[in-house]
Amino acid sequence: MKLLNLTRRTLLAGGTALALGLAALTPVSAQTPPGVLVVGQVAEPQALDPAAVTAVNDFRILMNVYDGLVRYASGTLEPESALATAWEISDDGTVYTFTLREGVNFHDGSPFNADAVVFNFERMLNEDHPYHDTGPFPLSFFFSAIETVEAVDDTTVRFTLNAPYAPFLSNLAYPTGLIVSPAAVMEHGSEFARNPSGTGPFTFAEWRSNEAVVIEANPDYWDGAPELDAVIFRPITDANTRVAEMLSGGIDMMVEVPPVALSEFQGDGYQIVEQAGPHVWFMILNMREGPFTSQLVRQAANYAINKTALVEEVLEGTAEVAAGPTPPAFAWAYNEELEPYPYDPDRARELLAEAGMENPEITFYVTEGGSGMLDPVAMGTAIQADLEAVGFDVTIETYEWNTFLGRVNPGLEGEADAAQMAWMTNDPDTLPYLALRTEAWPENGGFNSGYYSNPEVDALLEEARTATDQDRRAELYREMQVIVQEDAPWVFVANWVQNAVTSDLVENFALEPSFFLLLDDVVKN
Amino acid sequence: MTRYILRRLISAIPVLLGISVIVFAIMALIPGDPATAILGSFATPENVAALNEDLGLDKPLVQQYFIWLGNMVQGDFGRSFALNRPVVDEVMERFGATLVLAGTGFVLCSVLGIIAGVVSAANQYGFADKAITFVVLLGISIPSFFLGMMMILMFAVNRRWFPASGMWPIYGDRNLWALLDHLAMPAFALSVVATGVVARLSRSAMLEVLRQDFIRTARAKGVHERSVIWRHALRSAMVSIIPVLGIQAGFVLSGAVYVEVVFQWPGIGRMLVDAILRRDILLVQGGVIIVAACYVLFNIVVDVAQSLLDPRIKT
Repeated sequence: MKLLNLTRRTLLAGGTALALGLAALTPVSAQTPPGVLVVGQVAEPQALDPAAVTAVNDFRILMNVYDGLVRYASGTLEPESALATAWEISDDGTVYTFTLREGVNFHDGSPFNADAVVFNFERMLNEDHPYHDTGPFPLSFFFSAIETVEAVDDTTVRFTLNAPYAPFLSNLAYPTGLIVSPAAVMEHGSEFARNPSGTGPFTFAEWRSNEAVVIEANPDYWDGAPELDAVIFRPITDANTRVAEMLSGGIDMMVEVPPVALSEFQGDGYQIVEQAGPHVWFMILNMREGPFTSQLVRQAANYAINKTALVEEVLEGTAEVAAGPTPPAFAWAYNEELEPYPYDPDRARELLAEAGMENPEITFYVTEGGSGMLDPVAMGTAIQADLEAVGFDVTIETYEWNTFLGRVNPGLEGEADAAQMAWMTNDPDTLPYLALRTEAWPENGGFNSGYYSNPEVDALLEEARTATDQDRRAELYREMQVIVQEDAPWVFVANWVQNAVTSDLVENFALEPSFFLLLDDVVKN
Repeated sequence: MTRYILRRLISAIPVLLGISVIVFAIMALIPGDPATAILGSFATPENVAALNEDLGLDKPLVQQYFIWLGNMVQGDFGRSFALNRPVVDEVMERFGATLVLAGTGFVLCSVLGIIAGVVSAANQYGFADKAITFVVLLGISIPSFFLGMMMILMFAVNRRWFPASGMWPIYGDRNLWALLDHLAMPAFALSVVATGVVARLSRSAMLEVLRQDFIRTARAKGVHERSVIWRHALRSAMVSIIPVLGIQAGFVLSGAVYVEVVFQWPGIGRMLVDAILRRDILLVQGGVIIVAACYVLFNIVVDVAQSLLDPRIKT
């Protein structure tokens, strides 16, 4: 029985070694150090060049490294001064003259001045610019109204627009309008996106692929040095692992907490932060062919879906029922009198009968995930069940996000009768202008994939973006919302209430309606 | 022997060519394109077309394939669309991480598996054999990603013994202990199934050898039982165990994909998953080719090792 002895001895030795190893290893996994905030991100950033990215995930880093000429005042979507201390708008609304802040330097040491501003916009908009090939610049259409941008003197910059364009200031506060260091772009060329340099409260320190982006406090920040020493953004693509990292103390803050995991963080040790933002989750309806060409059927779909149940049960209260195409976060432009379509299956059946289509067959495109899509598969199946309960015959087709966009953006004709969609924007103009006008049909390069067309809405939207008076703009948008709700080109489903969880070591943190993550005042004990 | 190795290396070329065609075809067939992925929700059909043209994706597929192959032969795997850096840099950076994980997993499954198999065989139908068989069956039946999630729950969330994810501490020293701390759970999760397979096959290989005459002779000559098992029998059984190890090496390498996603290990598997979602075609193609080349190389090494151990195998 020598062999068993040996086995026992081996086991013992092995066990001891393992125990010793564990003991030696355990102390390594400790808490995160004070002054350093570790943020769990949903994905690896694509690029740290604000002109080149479109994802909120990337914006969350960028807003801490760069400044724009203007920024949204804390807790609002109202532009206030940032790198520009003041501005004048000509009476006809086409010339914007900005006075720039003096004595500001980029993180690479080069000075911020009017020439730097001109460089930024020409790089993005002028195809002949020597650094235009450091793009692509997918959101440059935010600034397509700019005809010229010129440096009047070192601290004055003048933008001339081809027509009055009311969302201009708001777009300047968006990441696409953030100012990058021309010297750094010239030095790094297409590698600039991995070697960012701005004027923001934090300076870029390091980007370790798939591991972390590290930014450090900028002690010379014009608006006062941040409280934190550094912030580490960790991409953790798997939602379960992200939750586990938060629970195990590996990160101090996570954004976009899956609704089902929120209950894990109710209690001591964590704070849940919420903030409504300008987000709309809707179903595009195909108005060119199929049952949804009838307004009655479109309204029936709006009555048939139990949106309250969707936001309360599927999304666990992380969203609110949407009433129309404009989210309430745009408080000044939102029509408070608009009531969401109530859940009324009987009314839906009546409308279907009235339309002479009691059992319309529809194909419904659902995506597996994607920016702002919340829980699209679960929401898709709940919607399917509600629609079938009133007589629709719904076939769901599911696509991965990029494929989905490739099918939906070119228009639903020949594809489907309905498709899910969600938008997060910075101005009440953006979504309706790009997705509800007749001129925005896909064949004209817009995102009106359901081919909605109403001349009244077109006129209201055109007038709203050229109106220089905000009250007038608000009036026009409110009117537009009433018409669109009645026409029902979409099923208006939900407005997301974004969330984040922090450990209780973190203080002074609030989410912004813009969906950005602003960390310069955050304290970590 | 040199000629044998050379011949095997040359025969790997058509295999790799075949793989390159398959990877290229699959990436061409799956829907969705890199331009949409780069431009995001705001991608208009015109912008998509223009960017695809910039990226050279508007050319005929056959032409694209030969351009890609031609560049690759010269060592140029192109640039990742999404990350805007050379594919080779990205792959090499990640490959190290995967080798550490898969290598540790492989050593674990080989050592544990062989020991378990030998002990099992030496105690055939005894208590140790039954206990090991039970544990091994359990191990084979648990998918590694599920085991990984359970381990994170138990040892990172409930008891903060190990970090939940990553390869290195996010701050502080990057020493061997820090690495082992992060490596322990993913390497174990990765090796469990392979350990079971190695244990089962080592057991049968050993049982076969133990029945042979030279073992009886050795025992009759009074050779110490420990020596009979671990020196004479195991050495002989290794001839059948090594090919199994070769297969398991590939298995561990491919299994690393799931484990890397669950534990957010910055390796090539996770890179490939992200790259596929982003339609980062060149990165996927380059990554797969490099992994495939390693797989082929493993097989050659295994064959060579086997021929060194067993003179009956002709070289």
